[in-house]
Amino acid sequence: MADASPRRASSPKQASQSSLSEAASGWAGSHARCLLESLGRLHRRWVASLLTVLVIGIALALPTGLYILVKNMDHLATNWHESVQISVYLNTDLSADQGASLAQRLRDDADIDNTHFISAEQGLAEFKKASGFGDALDALGHNPLPGVIQVTPRAAMPPAAVGELVDRLADTDHVAKAQLDQAWLRRLSAILDLISRASWVIGLLLSAAVVFIVGNTIRLDIENRRQEIEVMKLLGAPDAFIRRPFLYSGLWYGLLGAVVALVVLGGCYIALGGPLATLVSSYNGALALEGLGLSGIGLVVLIGILLGWVGCAITVNRQLAAIEPG
Amino acid sequence: MTDIVAFDNVVKRYPGGKLALDRVSLTLARGEMAFLTGHSGAGKSTLMKLIGLIERPTRGRVVINGIDLARVHRRQVPRYRQRVGLIFQNYNLLFDRTVFDNVALPLVIRGLAHRDITRRVRAALDTVGLLAHEKKFPITLSGGEQQRVGIARAVVNRPYLLLADEPTGNLDPDLSADIMRLFTRLNETGTSVMIATHDIDLVQQMGYRRIMLDHGHLETH
Repeated sequence: MADASPRRASSPKQASQSSLSEAASGWAGSHARCLLESLGRLHRRWVASLLTVLVIGIALALPTGLYILVKNMDHLATNWHESVQISVYLNTDLSADQGASLAQRLRDDADIDNTHFISAEQGLAEFKKASGFGDALDALGHNPLPGVIQVTPRAAMPPAAVGELVDRLADTDHVAKAQLDQAWLRRLSAILDLISRASWVIGLLLSAAVVFIVGNTIRLDIENRRQEIEVMKLLGAPDAFIRRPFLYSGLWYGLLGAVVALVVLGGCYIALGGPLATLVSSYNGALALEGLGLSGIGLVVLIGILLGWVGCAITVNRQLAAIEPG
Repeated sequence: MTDIVAFDNVVKRYPGGKLALDRVSLTLARGEMAFLTGHSGAGKSTLMKLIGLIERPTRGRVVINGIDLARVHRRQVPRYRQRVGLIFQNYNLLFDRTVFDNVALPLVIRGLAHRDITRRVRAALDTVGLLAHEKKFPITLSGGEQQRVGIARAVVNRPYLLLADEPTGNLDPDLSADIMRLFTRLNETGTSVMIATHDIDLVQQMGYRRIMLDHGHLETH
């Protein structure tokens, strides 16, 4: 409508082609320029920018750290779960030979990986050695301990199936009791579930915090540039043009915040490195620490960028609409 | 379509009741240069703001370059403003950018290619005689030079209308005369120019048409 340029009207076809490619290269160029310019703006007020970025970084690091913790603990719990053994206590009237043959028979069960028979005598000897109650036990006159078969369930068995196996073993002839000391493992699993859920809740809350932090920073930024924005509107800048550098700032805040979060987590890893190494080596290679991995790092960066952008987007429209030259 | 500016019975009443323009009808012919004079508060700025679509009239019709401004939707305002060169008393330069970047801004807004921007900014700076200062920051320039930057920025988009609101309000008489001569030169290249000023002496020396406002009324000369 307003654009009735006589220069272009002189040769319409050629002009429209050149103006199209001109517009395309201009568009890409102006975006690239804008991206760098907004980084330059952050740099110019680097103290304020740094504070914002640090706060975002810490806010992102906390839920991410919890996530890594839960992932490793889960791993650990699975390891422990696999080392679970069922203690099958035999009737005291069963001889050592009978016990050994029962242990042999149980080994045929598909759900059982291995069995190890400990006769009453072996048990007593071990207990004397371990407990130091040797004299008291001698005074007792007879062996109060039953024979025990240590049953190792097949690998990676779900807890429910292990429970069924325990019941089945308890019902077997000559068996007094089958016991799986799993209560602490269930508790650990419940605690891990809780931490995992908590990390999501904390993650959501802190994500909201990041959105508000970026929103507030951008709001102040816009307020500081009020005169510039008015001038741009007077020169015919559309809202999209004025909005763009601020959106890119939000993007930078999110990206740099994510980088800070990763550095913070790296620092935590180094700080905890000594005790962690000791813990890991005590598992003789059964336990390997898991970090974020490349995809995890990518995700943190992506989430950071997204949160920064969202925080900016929800602020910038309202703020810019409030600024009109007059 | 021979008139670049046409006001038809325009009334502007601000919220609060102040009547800034009362049934004003006037025209500026294509290629004409005219001065808008009157004491402060006479309605000069309001008239300029109506042309720049910074304000909308309460009643009446404003037609600029054949465009009925009542039909320019809020979203189309930026595009409309790109073809009207606005010049301000306080220059409205951006002090964190160089002279070149200030003048380039209207072209950057339109998304022109870098090569074209450079060429046109240099041409505009050459017109106002500041080509040597393109890398400087506005703060290092004198008031008169700053206003020249403002004028270069207004003409870089080749507007059909230059609109200057008290362009010499902050300048001493010698510099004011310089700036006015610059407007004359721009007008000679075909751009229509309307300048609001209360500097009656200067206007009388120059001998262009005067549009006089008094308390929102048009005074016939």
